[in-house]
Amino acid sequence: MKELKFSPTQATEYATRHDVLFYALTALVVLFTVLVGVAVLYLMIKYRASNKNVDRTKRIHHHLGIEIAWTVIPTILALIIFFWGLLLFKEVKTPDKDSSDIYVIGKQWMWQFQHPNGIRENNELHVPVGRPVKITMISQDVIHSLYIPQFRVQFYTLPGRYTSMHFTPNVVGKFNIFCSMHCGADHSKMGGYIHVLSPSDYTKWLENGGNRFSKNSESMIKSGLKTFAKNGCSNCHGGADTYRAPSLHGLIGRKRKMNDGRVVIADEAYIRESILTPYNNVVEGYEQIMPVYDLSEGEVLELVEYIKSLSRAPSMFEENEKVYKNTRNHVKNISNSGEINLEMRVDSGVSQSSVQQVQHVSEQN
Amino acid sequence: MSKTLDKKHPNNSHQEEVNYITVDYTMKSWFITKDHKRIGMLYLATVLVFFFVGSVAAGFVRFELTSPTGQILESETFNRMFTAHGVVMIFFFLLIAIPAVLGNFFLPLMLGARDLAFPKLNLLSYYLYLGGGLFGVVALVSGGVDTGWTFYTPLSSMYSNSQVVLTITAAFITGFSSIATAVNFIVTIHKMRAPGLTWFRLPLFVWAHYATSIIILLGTPVVAITLALVAVERLFHIGVFSPEYGGDPVLFQHMFWFYSHPAVYIMILPAMGVVSEIIACFARNRVFGYEFIAASSLAIGGLGFLVWGHHMFASGESYFQAAFFSLMTSLVAIPSAIKVFNWAATLYKGMIYLTTPMAYAIGFLGLFVIGGLTGLYCSNLGVDVHLTGTYFIVAHFHYVMVGGTIMALLAGIHFWWPKMTGRMYPEIWGKIGMLVIFSGFHMTFMPQFILGFLGMPRRYHYYHFAPEFQAYNVFSTAGAGVLAIGFMIPVVYLLLSLKHGAKAPANPWNAKGLEWEKTDRVPITHNFREIPVVTEEAYNYSIDDEPPIEAKYTKFGAVMEEKS
Ligand code: HEC
Ligand SMILES: [Cu+2]
Ligand SMILES: [Cu+2]
Repeated sequence: MKELKFSPTQATEYATRHDVLFYALTALVVLFTVLVGVAVLYLMIKYRASNKNVDRTKRIHHHLGIEIAWTVIPTILALIIFFWGLLLFKEVKTPDKDSSDIYVIGKQWMWQFQHPNGIRENNELHVPVGRPVKITMISQDVIHSLYIPQFRVQFYTLPGRYTSMHFTPNVVGKFNIFCSMHCGADHSKMGGYIHVLSPSDYTKWLENGGNRFSKNSESMIKSGLKTFAKNGCSNCHGGADTYRAPSLHGLIGRKRKMNDGRVVIADEAYIRESILTPYNNVVEGYEQIMPVYDLSEGEVLELVEYIKSLSRAPSMFEENEKVYKNTRNHVKNISNSGEINLEMRVDSGVSQSSVQQVQHVSEQN
Repeated sequence: MSKTLDKKHPNNSHQEEVNYITVDYTMKSWFITKDHKRIGMLYLATVLVFFFVGSVAAGFVRFELTSPTGQILESETFNRMFTAHGVVMIFFFLLIAIPAVLGNFFLPLMLGARDLAFPKLNLLSYYLYLGGGLFGVVALVSGGVDTGWTFYTPLSSMYSNSQVVLTITAAFITGFSSIATAVNFIVTIHKMRAPGLTWFRLPLFVWAHYATSIIILLGTPVVAITLALVAVERLFHIGVFSPEYGGDPVLFQHMFWFYSHPAVYIMILPAMGVVSEIIACFARNRVFGYEFIAASSLAIGGLGFLVWGHHMFASGESYFQAAFFSLMTSLVAIPSAIKVFNWAATLYKGMIYLTTPMAYAIGFLGLFVIGGLTGLYCSNLGVDVHLTGTYFIVAHFHYVMVGGTIMALLAGIHFWWPKMTGRMYPEIWGKIGMLVIFSGFHMTFMPQFILGFLGMPRRYHYYHFAPEFQAYNVFSTAGAGVLAIGFMIPVVYLLLSLKHGAKAPANPWNAKGLEWEKTDRVPITHNFREIPVVTEEAYNYSIDDEPPIEAKYTKFGAVMEEKS
């Protein structure tokens, strides 16, 4: 039989910090259990009925001081543990600014991982060591929960709403992916592995096209741009705000005011909702004219990634622009063949936005 | 109806006595009885049948888990097994057991009342429970449910192809049974206390049932509505929880746990009441900090309604929402800790007799302390994001609910068995049974803490992705075997005692309390020959009290010499 394990590998720095709290709690729990256990056993033995030689006079049945002591001391300990946990939770909830994105769709009973560069994987995920990763996920059916015990994190994968989690693996290796929310017949088969690769292995993996499913995958931005064009989003959304519709450039992370008075930070979930249920989030100053689209979660994720790319830093943006140029030609070719009617807006939108983008960044500095 | 009894003292008579059992032997008299004691016994029998059903399902689950790829069941069947285990154990056993059996039987006796306030309502509540139970059985037989006892949406409302609606109906009906019982208890406690029995003279068992009844009354309607909404969405596709129809999937969890967290206290508070009685009795001491134990029951009842969100820390709850629920959960642990310390302090300068009920009560402390303290992990935001949904949670709530509730139920049954049946059981077997159960319990659930920390999700049939889980699973299953044998032991000797058990005196433990001091050997139908008047505090024990019955008089067939 294999060696017995008592704790899962610590494959992130967070996991190490988590375990410090875990073991501190364990020490506390053991201490109290032993304390109560020893006290009870000692009293049971000392005051056993057959022992007549103990002092049983002056019994006490009330003692305010003692009651206060054993109320206050555990309360203080509980509060310390609570705040410690709160700090960790803050960390779990705040992703690194420069994380790379990975999109996940959960469905009965598999995990689909999608890298922005277009590589898709099922039930396996490859990431480079040392780079922060932010996962944005959604379910196509029931609630799932993406759980990687070696990273000490899990979050629900909900139908109809994005949730996210993040981690920075710091150990090369192969770790578990589980679905930790009961999701029907093959719940326990909804798992796989996350492969944390060294930078050179990761490059090699990328060069080999990443996986066996599709050799030359198209980046998510590119597919997103196509979906954007195909659905006529560019008819209304251009490089700058117009009377018809707001521009989507620089949208992510910005505060949006709704015409019902709510103020919402535009994150992935907001973008998704704006696309699928535009009537629920009408931006102040605009009419509710945006049509309702019936898109698959996969397409929506691509749109989200594309819209996010419209807000990236200029250096990154130039890179994207190259992609757009190629795509433009590509899409033009398709549209020439009559499949898509592509508007000029896309072109002008891109070049305008790079200007706006620079302004946006300099405003921030 | 009463043939006049023995002249001098009704207790300790060897003649055929008239009591609540012997008054009428017909089946019919049992099934239409309005006597709270008989209804309590009906509950006891029924509850045990469900406990057996739930245990068999657990047996299948544990057997499957001895191999990473299962043994004999398909995953679909496995899912139905753990759901059956959860549904039966929680809705038809744990929530009912102590209040409906011991509460029903002993509340009026402890209060000096002739019955509960509404005897017919009491009988109705039994039939509601039975009816709900039958629905449950039909659901099980006609295919079962595979959603887990928590019925999370949209799995339950949209995707599951199993008997969700039937099972929900079963739980729904049983809920009304609980509500009826709770109303009955509250009114009885308010209105039917014997002269002199002021609130602060009430046994803590009564306080615990009072707090429990309030929780039942506030919480059960919410879960009933929630479950009904699931059925509505399933049958009529009215969107409440399913995003496909514009609902919110997490909303269900909030509504469900708003009841189901306090439900844990419905299971554990009565258990604490039982333990308070027993520890005081066998330490021959007044319970230390009576007011604090009583008040902490109420505090648990109140705070318990503000912690439900701790089940959803990983659902994407906002930071502040999560922080609030985590804080409240950390605090709700305190009243339970206070109780434990007070029980321990009750032993100080006690005159301690280690009888079977006392052994179970101490066993309760052992398991409950671990169960309660491991709750700190689950309440903690940092740690729970790793542990939620794993075997750690399974182990934690089994320590609380099985460790707590079942140990206390067994403690209570052993304590009051002589009063309920008029028979003793062999003391030696009592202690053997307790030891086997106690060790089997640790063997079963200790390894599950480690499994959870290692990351094994609950409700997993296969764990071929992580075969290193196997050793712990095998150990746990072996423990479950020991536990099963342990549960057999009391069942066997208690059943035998009905026929062969030594006749119990009216107060074999020389305990305080109206149920011991003012009733016959086995109480008569209306409990008291005359309504007692209370003149002293509860637990007025002293070290000079007579000791409990000697072990040699508890053997099968033993006869106690007559005291003059
Ligand atoms: C008929 C014109 C029209 C079309 C076509 C259209 N939109 Fe919109 N969109 C609007 C208007 C007007 C608003 C602002 C009012 C609102 O929020 O509904 C908007 C808002 C948005 C927002 C929120 C923007 C913000 O500033 O908060 C997003 C994201 C968005 N649309 C994405 C899309 C995508 C993706 C498509 C294509 C699948 C699309 N839109 C197609 C008119 C349109
Ligand atoms: Cu799943
Ligand atoms: Cu809870």
